[in-house]
Amino acid sequence: MNPAIRIEGVTKCFGSVQALAGVDLEIAEGEFFGLLGPNGAGKTTLISALAGLVRTDAGHLAVMGHDVVADYRAARRRLGVVPQELVFDPFFSVRESLEIQSGYFGIRDNAAWIDEILENLDLTAKADTNMRQLSGGMKRRVLVAQALVHRPPVIVLDEPTAGVDVELRQALWGFIRRLNRDGHTIVLTTHYLEEAENLCGRIAMLKQGRIVALDTTANLLRRFSGHTLRLRLAPGNGLPEALRALTKGEADGAYVFSLENCEGIEGILADLRNAGCSVDDIEVGKPDLEEVFLRVMERG
Amino acid sequence: MDGFLTLFQKEVLRFWKVSFQTVAAPVLTSLLFLLIFSHVLERHVQVYAGVSYTSFLVPGLVMMSVLQNAFANSSSSLIQSKVTGNIIFVLLPPISYRQFFAAYVLAAIVRGFVVGLGVLLVTLWFVDLSWRAPLWILVFAVLGGAIMGALGVIAGIWAEKFDQLAAFQNFIIMPLTFLSGVFYSIHSLPAFWQQVSHFNPIFYMIDGFRYGFFGASDVSPWASLGVVSGCFVVLTLFTLWLLRVGYKLRA
Repeated sequence: MNPAIRIEGVTKCFGSVQALAGVDLEIAEGEFFGLLGPNGAGKTTLISALAGLVRTDAGHLAVMGHDVVADYRAARRRLGVVPQELVFDPFFSVRESLEIQSGYFGIRDNAAWIDEILENLDLTAKADTNMRQLSGGMKRRVLVAQALVHRPPVIVLDEPTAGVDVELRQALWGFIRRLNRDGHTIVLTTHYLEEAENLCGRIAMLKQGRIVALDTTANLLRRFSGHTLRLRLAPGNGLPEALRALTKGEADGAYVFSLENCEGIEGILADLRNAGCSVDDIEVGKPDLEEVFLRVMERG
Repeated sequence: MDGFLTLFQKEVLRFWKVSFQTVAAPVLTSLLFLLIFSHVLERHVQVYAGVSYTSFLVPGLVMMSVLQNAFANSSSSLIQSKVTGNIIFVLLPPISYRQFFAAYVLAAIVRGFVVGLGVLLVTLWFVDLSWRAPLWILVFAVLGGAIMGALGVIAGIWAEKFDQLAAFQNFIIMPLTFLSGVFYSIHSLPAFWQQVSHFNPIFYMIDGFRYGFFGASDVSPWASLGVVSGCFVVLTLFTLWLLRVGYKLRA
C-alpha cells in the first residue's frame, strides 16, 4: 500500500538559504502526524513543496502514490491544505468561496457537503456574509473549510490555530479528529506543542531543513523527557546529601527531580522517610513535548 | 474542464460585482472623450470621405475600451490575488497552466466586450454607424481583447506591487493605445510618426476594427490581421511559458 505522503531526498534553496537539506519522510494513511520545528526550520517550505507551490531542487514528493509534479492533478485532488497566512477573496461570501473552491476541483454540486462543513465549523450563520466582514477566527475557519471542500484523503494544516480562540480551537480539533477517525490522514504544524502532543500519533522535528527527530509521540516523550517531581520539605528539614546529588535544582523553595518514570518517586520518598524528613508539598509533572522539543533542538 | 470553467466564471463574477467601477466608469470616460473631441473637431476634421469625425471616432473609442479593460481585468485580478495572498486558492487545485491562461484571457475578453458594447450603445445616440464587414469587427475585437488579456496576465504575474502594475499600465499600455489612431488617422501624421505608428501593434487592432465599420482603413485589414494574429501567437506562447515554469507564482 502506498503511504499517504512520501518524501524522498527533497532539497530546496532560496538563494543562499538552504530551506530543505535532504528530507526523507513517509506518513502512513490514517496517521495524525505532527511536523514541528522553530521558525525557519523548513516546515512551510516542505508543505508548499507537497502542495506544488514550491518547486524543489532535488527529490520527489508524492501524495497517495501520485507524484506532485509528474501527476500533479491526481496529487492535488487528494490533498487539502490550510495555509498559514490568513488569506481570503474579498469579492465573495463564505458560501460563494466554498462553491468556487469546489469548482476548481471539478465538483459542481457540492451543496450538501458544504453545508456539513459549515455546520461543523460553526459557520452556518455566516454562510452568506462577505469574507471581508468576518473576524480573524471566522476567516481561519473558512480556510479550513476551503481545504476540505473536495474531501481530500490527506489534510495538511499549517498552524491552523494561530491567533484562534479556545472555543474555536476545541471545535476545530473535534472536527479534525473526527475526520482522522474516518480515515483521513492529518499533517499538522503548530507552535502549540501541547496540541501536537495531544493530537499527533507521530512527530517529526525539523531544524535547518533537516529532520532531527522522527518517532511516535510516546517514544519521543520517553526518550527525551521524563517525569518531574517537585518536593517542598517541612520547615527545618534539610535534603539528605544522597538526594541532593539527584536534584536538578531548587525553585521557589522546592527541590526539583527529573525522573525516567513514576517508579523513581517511591525511591526518593523512601530515602526521605529513612532520613526522618517530612514533606510539606509534593507535585508530579508529566513528561511534556516542550521539553522534548527543546532538548532535540539543542542536540540537533 | 470544470476547474477552467469555475475560474473563468469567478473572474467574470469578480468584475461584475464591482461593475460601477469596471463597466460603468470606462463607458462614461469614453462618452466624455466623444463629447469633447467631437465638439472640438467635428467641423475641422474628416478622415474618410462621407464619414463624419464623430462616426470615425466611435469605433476607435469602442476598441480602446475593449483593449484597456481586457488588460485591466486580468492584470488587476492577478496583482490583487498576489498581494492579498489569495492566489493560493487557484494554485492549490488541479488547474493546468493552459486552463489558467484560458480562463484569465477569456474573462478579460468578456470584460472588454461588455465595456465595448456599453460604449457602442451609448455612442450610437450620437452617430449613425455603418456596419460594412461585421466579421472583421468581431475578429479584431476578440484578438485585441485576447492580446491585452494575455498582456495583463504577464503584467499581473510580473508586478509585485500595485505601483509596478500602474507603471506598466500608464507608461506602456496607455501611450500605445492613445497613440494608435483612436482619435486620428495616421495619414494625418508627419512621415516619421507614421512610420513609428506602424511599430505599434495596437494601431493594427484599431485600424482593422474600424475597417469593419467603414470598409476603409489606413492599411489593408489583411495586413492588420497578420500583425495582430502574430502578436497573439507570440504573447500566448510567452505567457504559457511563464505559467508553465511558474514564474513568480510557484517559488
